[in-house]
Amino acid sequence: MSTVSLPAGSGPGAAVVPSAAERRARRRWYRQPALMAGIIIIGVIVIAALAAPLITSYNPITQNLTASLLGPSAHHWLGTDQLGRDTFTRLLYGLRVDLRIAFIAVLFPFVLGTVLGSLAGYFGGWVDVVVMRLVDIVVAFPFYVLVIALVFVLGPGERSIYIAITTVGWVSYARIVRGEILVAKRQEYVLAAQSGGLSSLRIMGRHLLPNVISQAFIYAMSDIVQDILAIVTLGYFGLGVPPPTADLGSMINDGQNFLSTHWQLTTIPGLAVVVVGLGLSLIGDGLADVLRPGQS
Amino acid sequence: MGRMAFVGRRLLQLVPVAFGVTFIVFFMVHLIPGNPALSILGIHATPKAIAILHQEWGLNRPLWDQYWLFLDRLFHGNLGQSLYYGQSTTSLVFGHLAPTLWLIIYAALLSVLISVPLAMTAASRQGGLRDHVVRAVPLLGLGMPSFWLAFLLILLLGIDLHAFPVSGYGNGFFGHLRSMFLPSLTAALALAPVVIRSLRASMLTVLGADYITTARSKGVPGPRLFFRHVLRNAVIPAVTVLGINIGFLIGNTVIIENVFAIPGVGQLMINSIFQRDFPVVQGVTLVFAVLVVLINLLADMAYAALDPRVRFD
Amino acid sequence: MTESQTGNVLEVEDLRVRIASRRGVVRAVDGVSFEVPRGEALGLVGESGSGKSMTLKAVLGVLPAEAQVASGQVRLDGTDLLTLDQHTLNRVRGPKISMIFQEPMSALNPVMRVGQQISEGPRIHLGYSRAKAQERTLELMRRVGIPDPERRYRAYPHEFSGGMRQRVMIAIALSCEPEIILCDEPTTALDVTIQDQILRLLARLCQESGVSLVFVTHDLPVVAQVCQQVAVMYGGQIVEQGDVRDVLLDPRHPYTLGLVRSAPDVEYVQDSLRPIPGAPPSLIDPPDGCRFHPRCDFVEDDCRTGTVALRLLAGDRATRCLHSERCQQALAADRAAQ
Repeated sequence: MSTVSLPAGSGPGAAVVPSAAERRARRRWYRQPALMAGIIIIGVIVIAALAAPLITSYNPITQNLTASLLGPSAHHWLGTDQLGRDTFTRLLYGLRVDLRIAFIAVLFPFVLGTVLGSLAGYFGGWVDVVVMRLVDIVVAFPFYVLVIALVFVLGPGERSIYIAITTVGWVSYARIVRGEILVAKRQEYVLAAQSGGLSSLRIMGRHLLPNVISQAFIYAMSDIVQDILAIVTLGYFGLGVPPPTADLGSMINDGQNFLSTHWQLTTIPGLAVVVVGLGLSLIGDGLADVLRPGQS
Repeated sequence: MGRMAFVGRRLLQLVPVAFGVTFIVFFMVHLIPGNPALSILGIHATPKAIAILHQEWGLNRPLWDQYWLFLDRLFHGNLGQSLYYGQSTTSLVFGHLAPTLWLIIYAALLSVLISVPLAMTAASRQGGLRDHVVRAVPLLGLGMPSFWLAFLLILLLGIDLHAFPVSGYGNGFFGHLRSMFLPSLTAALALAPVVIRSLRASMLTVLGADYITTARSKGVPGPRLFFRHVLRNAVIPAVTVLGINIGFLIGNTVIIENVFAIPGVGQLMINSIFQRDFPVVQGVTLVFAVLVVLINLLADMAYAALDPRVRFD
Repeated sequence: MTESQTGNVLEVEDLRVRIASRRGVVRAVDGVSFEVPRGEALGLVGESGSGKSMTLKAVLGVLPAEAQVASGQVRLDGTDLLTLDQHTLNRVRGPKISMIFQEPMSALNPVMRVGQQISEGPRIHLGYSRAKAQERTLELMRRVGIPDPERRYRAYPHEFSGGMRQRVMIAIALSCEPEIILCDEPTTALDVTIQDQILRLLARLCQESGVSLVFVTHDLPVVAQVCQQVAVMYGGQIVEQGDVRDVLLDPRHPYTLGLVRSAPDVEYVQDSLRPIPGAPPSLIDPPDGCRFHPRCDFVEDDCRTGTVALRLLAGDRATRCLHSERCQQALAADRAAQ
């Protein structure tokens, strides 16, 4: 064959492919518009939620029946609900509660799923079979059905929410991590570590996981959105945080009887959830672009 | 013969799943704080009734024995007695099944009708304005609570336009078609972001494939190229995605039936939760799992029917 | 379509293809011209990136989205294909001109039966009924050497081996009796023994039915086996052209000389294969003067500046080298050393 040795970086698009340093420069995270937009959105919301007592002087719980169902005004930026509580205040405090629960709730499935997924992926064999069967069993239940059933059975309150979400949510992390490890463990650096006599645990912990965890982390962003939706849904059905604590879901529930007259009571809390979801999705997509190997 | 073996193999894989699912449903009783018998019997909990239940269900015996008894009852179609309605759970569930099935099928169809053209538009002009607009849909859509979306639709289409009823199931085929439109549209829109995203990706892959270039070089005209070559290949991963997400669609019915007051299995579940009608909650959870598993099996078979490479594995 | 007076079925004149990229405009095909007489096979040889595949795709109008024809003419039987709209072009593809691709694995529709893929052309272009098209397909399958055609008709591409799939592609290309078939490295992805079979098949078909070929490859011995004429491409341009025996045995361009020297099978090659040092030129910003000059052993001052045009030589040959006699000298030295 008429072979002509081509040095690296040559070939059809030789002049077009950027060098490695250029690729790194382009991928730097602050240059990603999606990622930055998402961070800004979430940042603003989180700060607003945390600073709620500073922003608004109203109490989210105290009722004031003389001021019920007022429209938006200078006193009440978003009006009041049927028990006279300021909607804007309840929105901020509701975000506080729901975001807090969601951010905590995502941790347990993340850890549990990553551990089980790593074990399944790395050791294979019957460990893999068992874990995958567990996955199949959990996945057989629709997400909301199982979460609602578990919260019902365990009783209302935050603890039930965490248990229910963990039981149902570990599955996606396990799948992702298992998939990544299946690919990664065939890489040469793993074979080198194994032949060097390192224990399995060490290989998994120090060599495989750090590379694999980025995918799980990206998924976690969309998982937080899922969890927020779940918490808000539970709140809507009265299965979430018990009243009178402000909660976005129960706010929507309270407002649904006044849909035709005071639509903002139902619409605004949902809109807040959508915006949070947007911000987190942008962060997730932006991270995915930044961390994608070898592309600008 | 290959197809039968394929189905057989899938069914065999379902056996451990079936055991697992029934075990979880069974175990729910024991998660309730307090005496399980009280939860099951509710206001009918006389000491005599409790004693009978302990005997029938073996509540004093080891867990495995109880599970076995549970399976035995299940096999005979006995899911317990509804505390609230006084009927057998099984008959209650089957009575509520039809509207839910309507919702699922209608929503799946609408979802396809919405997603395919949008994905097609985006894929055919990758990077263009339409593409970016379509790609923005999942960003917004994934964060939307479906009941909120329902209210939005009710506001816009139901109340303002009086075009469609906002509650109830309707009468007769066309009554169902009208009454179920808003609920199914809500469910379809909730599912659409995910389907659009993956359909677009698979269409892009297909459009860039070599065999499309071959077809073009044969002089295959536009419409035929799209339907027999592009779409025919792009549906395969789309069916897989739809199958994976059908669980999500089914789970959504719980919420949507509640918002639109549809007398389906989902509403049955929520009502039973409020009425603390434990046996029904247990039964409905099981039925939902069965639905998901069945539909996944159907999706797998559809996939095998569509992709000739599968039969020979 | 009018009959061309020169007896050429395909005439490409000054074809230029541009690809838009982030770094600039890539001149993938930069002024390529050639003619394919009726019933003959022309080889297009060059390394990857020389623009040979792009040339074929431009002729048929199946360039990828990023690439566009910037200028030039492609005359098939006298009609310029580049001026036709999609609809008319679709009617030409198949009955007049068709193409065979490199990767038979991915070039066939995985969900469509092989027989249907072959009969699609006749059904669309020749208006055959299903029965007639099936008959024709079976005949084609036999002609390209697919055993047991009746059973294989209903099979799917993944059930065939690589060589068989390529035969299917050839059958598809032949299905509407075109006047010319463009072959884009059809044997590169196949085993050596299968390669030989396919090449013989193509040569035989070419002779039997009088269909012309444009055969793109990076592999010199293949060209020798199938083609009568050869054009050597480098950096998006043709650097040498002529009868295949002349060009391969008596190259007049240093690049061709380099290719010949590094090919193990051509008759008189020496003991050690000598690869051509250096890298292919940038297609965005090619070197001044002769594009090969940075890698050329015989480079002189006048090679480095200005544009170097294709020069006609005696015996119906052409070269883009200003000092082609140096090649003859080097070759003579090689032979003397043996």
